Amino acid sequence: MSDAIIHEVTQSEYKYGFTTDIETDVIPVGLSEEVVRIISAKKNEPEWMLDFRLKAYRHWLTLKMPTWANLTIPEIDYQSISYFAAPRKNAPKSLDEVDPELLKTFDRLGIPLEEQKALSGIAVDAVMDSVSVKTTFKETLAEMGIIFCSFSEAVEHHPDLVQKYMATVVPYTDNFFAALNSAVFSDGSFVYIPKGVRCPMELSTYFRINAINTGQFERTLIVADDDSYVSYLEGCTAPQRDENQLHAAIVEIIAMKNANVKYSTVQNWYPGDKNGKGGIYNFVTKRGICKGDNSHISWTQVETGSAITWKYPSCVLQGDNSSAEFYSVAVTNNHQQADTGTKMIHLGKNTSSHILSKGISAGVSQNSYRGLVRIGAKAENARNFSQCDSLLLGDKCGAHTFPYMEVNNETAIVEHEATTSKISEDQIFYCNQRGISTEDAVGLIVNGYAKEVVDQLPMEFAVEAQKLLQITLEGSVG
Amino acid sequence: MLVIKDLHANIDGKEILKGLSLTVKPGEIHAIMGPNGSGKSTLSSVITGNPSFEVTHGSIDFNEKDLLELAPEERANEGIFLSFQYPVEIPGVSMVNFMRAAINEQRKYRNEPAVSATDFLRLMREKKELVEMDSKLTNRAVNEGFSGGEKKKNEIFQMAMLEPKLAILDETDSGLDIDALRIVANGVNKLKSPDNATILITHYQRLLDYITPDFVHVLYDGKIVKSGGKELALELESRGYDWIKQEVEA
Repeated sequence: MSDAIIHEVTQSEYKYGFTTDIETDVIPVGLSEEVVRIISAKKNEPEWMLDFRLKAYRHWLTLKMPTWANLTIPEIDYQSISYFAAPRKNAPKSLDEVDPELLKTFDRLGIPLEEQKALSGIAVDAVMDSVSVKTTFKETLAEMGIIFCSFSEAVEHHPDLVQKYMATVVPYTDNFFAALNSAVFSDGSFVYIPKGVRCPMELSTYFRINAINTGQFERTLIVADDDSYVSYLEGCTAPQRDENQLHAAIVEIIAMKNANVKYSTVQNWYPGDKNGKGGIYNFVTKRGICKGDNSHISWTQVETGSAITWKYPSCVLQGDNSSAEFYSVAVTNNHQQADTGTKMIHLGKNTSSHILSKGISAGVSQNSYRGLVRIGAKAENARNFSQCDSLLLGDKCGAHTFPYMEVNNETAIVEHEATTSKISEDQIFYCNQRGISTEDAVGLIVNGYAKEVVDQLPMEFAVEAQKLLQITLEGSVG
Repeated sequence: MLVIKDLHANIDGKEILKGLSLTVKPGEIHAIMGPNGSGKSTLSSVITGNPSFEVTHGSIDFNEKDLLELAPEERANEGIFLSFQYPVEIPGVSMVNFMRAAINEQRKYRNEPAVSATDFLRLMREKKELVEMDSKLTNRAVNEGFSGGEKKKNEIFQMAMLEPKLAILDETDSGLDIDALRIVANGVNKLKSPDNATILITHYQRLLDYITPDFVHVLYDGKIVKSGGKELALELESRGYDWIKQEVEA
């Protein structure tokens, strides 16, 4: 492909770059034990939660930011970030009470709550900055014993569940960003599906960053008790900002005996402009544990945004016969950098995991897959199949694959396949000759390439993901 | 319909076409024959706008439009279709999605609304029958895992779907067994009308047993050096190209 065309195609600007004018309640910048106490106090948290935060904060002080990822990260001054921002008004009781500005923002993102409520049957727990402002369908779910609420509400109303499960999958000692999140997390979502209940609707949360220099420290905890099922969607997009914004979330999933959890993400944080200025730094720790026998967790992610992505949704396969899947499409364009993948830790017998990673690199971006498959000594007959494909658009970007395998049981079967391909001039010309423009041809080919992953997404997300893939790569090939 | 005048074209700085002229009228079938390296495939690439080739001199008009001013997809939407000699595979893109995108681009170009799902599927079924194409193939990704013959058949299927004004078949007969050749030729014959035209680029006379050309041209060293009726093809078949070379060089 000629440089001129690549250059031309890599020019599209972020379409969701706008900010909403809502008063926010921001703590002065900087991080100290005092700030942790203020956050906890502002949220009226019980003593045990403050203790947890303080322990995490003190541990964080002993840690250094990890440098092993294939990322070039500008120095982050953690003292120049404000660690708490919440819309000033009290949480509304109905849609009528929701700040009209906020509703408008969601409209522009294509997430009209009203329509979603009426048409799609999705319960939306919309997180604006750090505090939940809207939870719908809660009553319907409550009738089945399902708890779906903000993390803060869970701390207040279900302290036993939170104390029992929080940080059991991702302890605050896990890593630098997990410790930071545990110290200062603002809010997030909590889901509990009781024994034998099949959650009748997709649960979803939309995240959004909206205050200058405000770190986003979301925390999600999903517990699926014996014989239950839940599908959870997470999607996000952020307004355009010059300053880099830090996002360090934690997601924990616990699947008990025979439980099945499906977690889907479409991530579209602001990636920075085409010269690499601005953009979100996304350092996420996502991990699930298949705790009970025959349990199942699947992660599906479509990652198109962020200036820097550091993210490895992982699974610990503890229960016998448990299984896990990781399906990922990660797109990088312009100056974006992504180091993403998964860890599959096999502990139980007859456990199986499947990894399908599709990287797409354009512009001068760097896209790395990093994955670990570990088979424990007691994991008889464990099985893993990994496939990592890379698609390159142009010749200035990079695709890298770092697969790690640790097999400690000789009955295990671990397979890894990897391919690297380019969209060829011949493919583009073939499409052109059938009347399809280069831009549409790239969209068609990229969506074809990503299809196996996108097909894993719930319907309404799949459509959004396809659009995103095309928008993200608009103008990036010839 | 198609008027090519004194066309010169390069690839990687090497001149391949050296003053080619050709006129094709509606309803006509032209066969272009010639030895290897004479520029046959270059001609089809240049007409369809393949960016690897550079036109240095001459003109190509198509229905009074200057083709050289149009992008490849615009030429396609003007009604020019190329059956590729080596059709590429596009993994993951289903034939259905690919054809629907192509049809809708064409309709958009003509300011027509997008085709409805039912009309589209009906059209697919109709055209599949026309070229005796297995449904298994149209359910797969574009050309992925197709045999050589299946790929060629798929080209004719796409041609049937898009109903071009000018179809260029670049060595569509090469690599085909006799049954596939008959099916491909039948497809071409059935699609023939007084309003469209066909250029057959071929090495062998074999295809012309099934498709009768109105004109046969011999391309040699980047120029058309001899033109005639279908009997010229037979003569080439029996005498080879050497006598042409001698005539040209004499």
